[in-house]
Amino acid sequence: MSDKIFKKLLFVSALVIMIVCGALFYSLMSGSLPAFRELGFFRFIVSSEWGMNSDGSEHYGALPFIVGTLMTSFTALLLCFPFSLPVAFFVGEYYNNTVVAKVLSTIVDLLAGIPSIVYGLWGFYVIRPFMVSLGLSEQGFGILTASIVLAIMIIPYSASLSAEFIRMVPRELKEGAYSLGATRAEMIRRVIMPNVSSGMISSYILALGRALGETMAVTMLIGNTNNVPISLSDTANTMASVIANQFGEADGLKLSSLIAIGLILFIITAIINYIGRLIIKRQSL
Amino acid sequence: MEDIILKFHNVCVSYTEGKNAVNDVSADVRRGLITSIMGPSGCGKSTLLRAVNRMHELYPDIKITGSIELDGKDILKMNPIMVRRMAGMVFQRPNPFPTMSIYENILAGYTLNGIRLSRAEKDEIVESCLFNVGLWDEVKDSLTKRGSFLSGGQQQRLCIARALALKPDVLLMDEPTSALDPIATAKIEDLLVQLKKDVTIVIVTHNMGQAARISDYSMFMYLGELVEYDKTQKMFTNPKDKRTEAYLTGRFG
Repeated sequence: MSDKIFKKLLFVSALVIMIVCGALFYSLMSGSLPAFRELGFFRFIVSSEWGMNSDGSEHYGALPFIVGTLMTSFTALLLCFPFSLPVAFFVGEYYNNTVVAKVLSTIVDLLAGIPSIVYGLWGFYVIRPFMVSLGLSEQGFGILTASIVLAIMIIPYSASLSAEFIRMVPRELKEGAYSLGATRAEMIRRVIMPNVSSGMISSYILALGRALGETMAVTMLIGNTNNVPISLSDTANTMASVIANQFGEADGLKLSSLIAIGLILFIITAIINYIGRLIIKRQSL
Repeated sequence: MEDIILKFHNVCVSYTEGKNAVNDVSADVRRGLITSIMGPSGCGKSTLLRAVNRMHELYPDIKITGSIELDGKDILKMNPIMVRRMAGMVFQRPNPFPTMSIYENILAGYTLNGIRLSRAEKDEIVESCLFNVGLWDEVKDSLTKRGSFLSGGQQQRLCIARALALKPDVLLMDEPTSALDPIATAKIEDLLVQLKKDVTIVIVTHNMGQAARISDYSMFMYLGELVEYDKTQKMFTNPKDKRTEAYLTGRFG
């Protein structure tokens, strides 16, 4: 009897989650419909104009923000790679099960727990002046500044997941390689790397998923301009940052356009996360 | 005079300070024969075997004292990479590299050591090694397939072939049939008897029948000590030590 009730309870809470997710998607859809109807879905995505024309008509396009998001995220991914990969091998293989590794991985995991507004502040007062002193831009805002902070923010995700995959390589395989006279470097190259490569790719894809949606720190550092960025020192806006910046004073078509950007971001991150999980699933089979 | 390939001299191995898993073992292993190491679980037999190709160095807490001579050279003073090439190892569970094909698995010892071979040399090594372990006819049409698709017994023979590819002086086997069914076990046992003309074999086993069937000499270890070491036939028919007798008659272990 109580077993049945428990089962029902579980079913209900699972259903609620699904309904919430569906409702979220529905309200994003219905909210962005006016923008798509007015501007056309395809035109909305490829158009780079944002705002009032001189004749008073409004026109909104998501291209600057899509480009801005992709540029910051992929730059952050590139920047995080040379740090998170060594950390993963340090923690997962070289110093596995030692105090040093535990301390390091705790610190790295701690990075994931810092609120993004704190990263934003730190970036604002440390990285931004540094960019100015390098002469990269006048005020130090821009894609590169945001990417550097973003890279630090996603290191924990890629590093700890990669380390987990490295740790999962069976001891028998490693000993098998050593028993054939392999050095540690050769063992890593020929045995660990081929075994973890797809897992590693997925860990970076999941990190990319984090980077795409990161809002607060990026909004504080990217410069918030509505142009399509050409170089890394340009100021720009990401999909997340333009919503955070402008939804407060937006109404009508502009509000609908912002919601449409939210919908696109939602779909992109869902796809990215799905791909990442798919690769992990195939790896663990 | 007998031809000695491996000499243990006062070998002690400890996992934790002050507690020896292998305690003061001295023994000479003869060339071209099969020597088995028996004993109940936890008696230190695998630990002793793994000392020979310096597997213990992968784990910093393990300490070894004494000396182990392979072909007259103290292996504890040699470069571990060289030692491991001279002493091949086959593990309890078959461990072919899952990301490599059967062909690549056989050559793994060369690729892992950065030794370059011509295509003809590779083909020759793969064919002769697979032939030696009786696997050639079974896999010659699927050399490019992953080794992990083979049956357990075939995988283990692949691992033996992989170890033999480097032409080691001694083949160390750590309960190589304990994860296999009786038919696969019998095949491996036959194979080992055939192989001993080419390579000295030291095999750890907790299967007394196996030791009796294939080994020329047997060691019996108990609580880290080498209790008895003699010709297998002699030990099984007339053990000198009471503990050996008790173990062989199934009173413990």
